[in-house]
Amino acid sequence: MSTIAATSRPSWRAGLRAGLPYALAGFLLSLSFGVLAREAGLSAVAAIAMSAIVFAGSAQFAAISIIAAGGGLGAAVAAAALMNSRFLPMGIALAPSLPGGALKRAAQGQTVVDASWAMAARGDGTYDRWFLFGASAIQYVTWVGGTVAGALGGDLLGDPQRLGLDAIFPTFFLALLLGELRDRRARPVAALGALIALALVPVAPPGVPVLAASVAALAGLRRTGST
Amino acid sequence: MTSAATWALIGACAAVTAAIKAAGPVALGGRDLPGWFTRVIALMAPTLLAALVCVSALAHGDRLAVGSDTAGVAIAGVVLWRGGSVVAGVAVAVAVTAALRAL
Repeated sequence: MSTIAATSRPSWRAGLRAGLPYALAGFLLSLSFGVLAREAGLSAVAAIAMSAIVFAGSAQFAAISIIAAGGGLGAAVAAAALMNSRFLPMGIALAPSLPGGALKRAAQGQTVVDASWAMAARGDGTYDRWFLFGASAIQYVTWVGGTVAGALGGDLLGDPQRLGLDAIFPTFFLALLLGELRDRRARPVAALGALIALALVPVAPPGVPVLAASVAALAGLRRTGST
Repeated sequence: MTSAATWALIGACAAVTAAIKAAGPVALGGRDLPGWFTRVIALMAPTLLAALVCVSALAHGDRLAVGSDTAGVAIAGVVLWRGGSVVAGVAVAVAVTAALRAL
């Protein structure tokens, strides 16, 4: 890591360490993705390539489950885009902590994944970017590795539903959520977001309920005083 | 799905993801943001995560239903809340879900 200055190396290492549990859970999650993608008709190479290039769990699951249900290409891509829309506010929050020109900032923005972004927050509105890079790097390795295992070895595993692999995805995000809820002020807002999303599930296209829940965060506008 | 359609799907998903991840940093990099903005952003993660967890544990297509996976995730939540690791939580979720489905 000769490109990393001495001051950023501890952050990078701390990121790798903090990312490890999520990387291990991510391995199982992407393994279940690999199995699901093969069932949806993707070749093993295509499933692995998707994880390597897209590297966004919820978007990949959303797109593939629409394809598996017989939906069209446009609907699948739209669902992936809506699922990923949460990276927009995450990227906005991260923006002031990223140095460099537009191209360099755009490249650094690609490292945002949920767990890394949440853990890299210093709590004062700024982010430790090398921590973010480290936490994402280790998750990338296991994300692709898990997809390889699922896409090539899925036939040996059997039915992912019967094995309970579909419970991995919500549990992964629940672990992140519980970390966020240590801040008491976040609790009522998170509850409101969940209610909005659940209320929209029966009527809105996939992906929209989660996106719409973000309006609950506007409660932050009302709080006066220092942060 | 044809091979061409598969690769179109992967290419489109990759392009959309990259564009969304780049948008914030490119548009807002290096600027100081007002306090109200920072407060809203700080609440964005718990809000989106709560929505994502509830939808993925309770929604099956456009229906809401409590299933074996819901129970597995809920029990994993207790493990996580009491200080268990992510890996322990995932293991419990999978085991409980699979056990309930095997009944």
